[in-house]
Amino acid sequence: MIFKEEQMGLKRNVGLIEGLRYQGKGPMLTYILHRISGLAMVIFVALHILASFISNQAWGSSAGIFINTIYEYWIFQIFIFFCALFHVINGLRIVILDLWPKLIEHQREAIWLEWLVFLPIYALAVFVIINGALGG
Amino acid sequence: MKSRTVSLTKRGFDFETFMWLFTRLSALAMYLCAFIGLVGALIMGARTQMNMADLIRWTFMPSSTHVLLNTSNQILQPDVWMTTFWKVMGSIFITFATSHGLHGLLSVLEDYNTIPWLRRTLRILVLVLTLAMIAIGIYVLWTS
Repeated sequence: MIFKEEQMGLKRNVGLIEGLRYQGKGPMLTYILHRISGLAMVIFVALHILASFISNQAWGSSAGIFINTIYEYWIFQIFIFFCALFHVINGLRIVILDLWPKLIEHQREAIWLEWLVFLPIYALAVFVIINGALGG
Repeated sequence: MKSRTVSLTKRGFDFETFMWLFTRLSALAMYLCAFIGLVGALIMGARTQMNMADLIRWTFMPSSTHVLLNTSNQILQPDVWMTTFWKVMGSIFITFATSHGLHGLLSVLEDYNTIPWLRRTLRILVLVLTLAMIAIGIYVLWTS
């Protein structure tokens, strides 16, 4: 059922170069950031689970501990928390607008509201992380 | 901009539509898990003055290894937190997060790839990877 070619959506009416030249402003930025942050979380969470797995075994390898040390590093935490928080808040906007399609008319206001929620929470978290890293 | 909607009977309920809905519903489920985690961490960490980093880590994934032992605060013993309730909550969260995340990976890959055999291979690969990551994640959670 999941492998029928007519269900795969194989037609593309925009090429890669045209796609890169597209300037979609606010909504485009959230779309790009949503994809990048999602992919980053998939990669890092998968590596983190695998690292915990191999360092927990009886034949325990130091490679796992080495990878998990990177995750505790403060610069990495600033980056991964950006991914998680942005993905969570933008995801909530997408869920609300998709499940109540009438609200899509207020998409631009929703994006402004989204940044208004995101910025103070992220700023507070970055302050706490840097404060902790400097021995606060 | 006027919103337009297509009824479900006209659109048909295929794999893509199912996964589209699953992505939204699993996101809502993860909100619920994170909310329960946040409330739990606030209640359990109240007496020990849990710091914000530990609170955030517990919210996104309730696991005792995510609460780092603070040397100045010997009352906090993360192992005590790791009850069956939190292990079940963590398992639910891992299941939703892995299937949601790896389907996201698949949909990004399919946006840039129109070769039918490669798409079939990637779909099988992502399905296998999802099951494997859920199994490994739950194993690590229950044994660590």
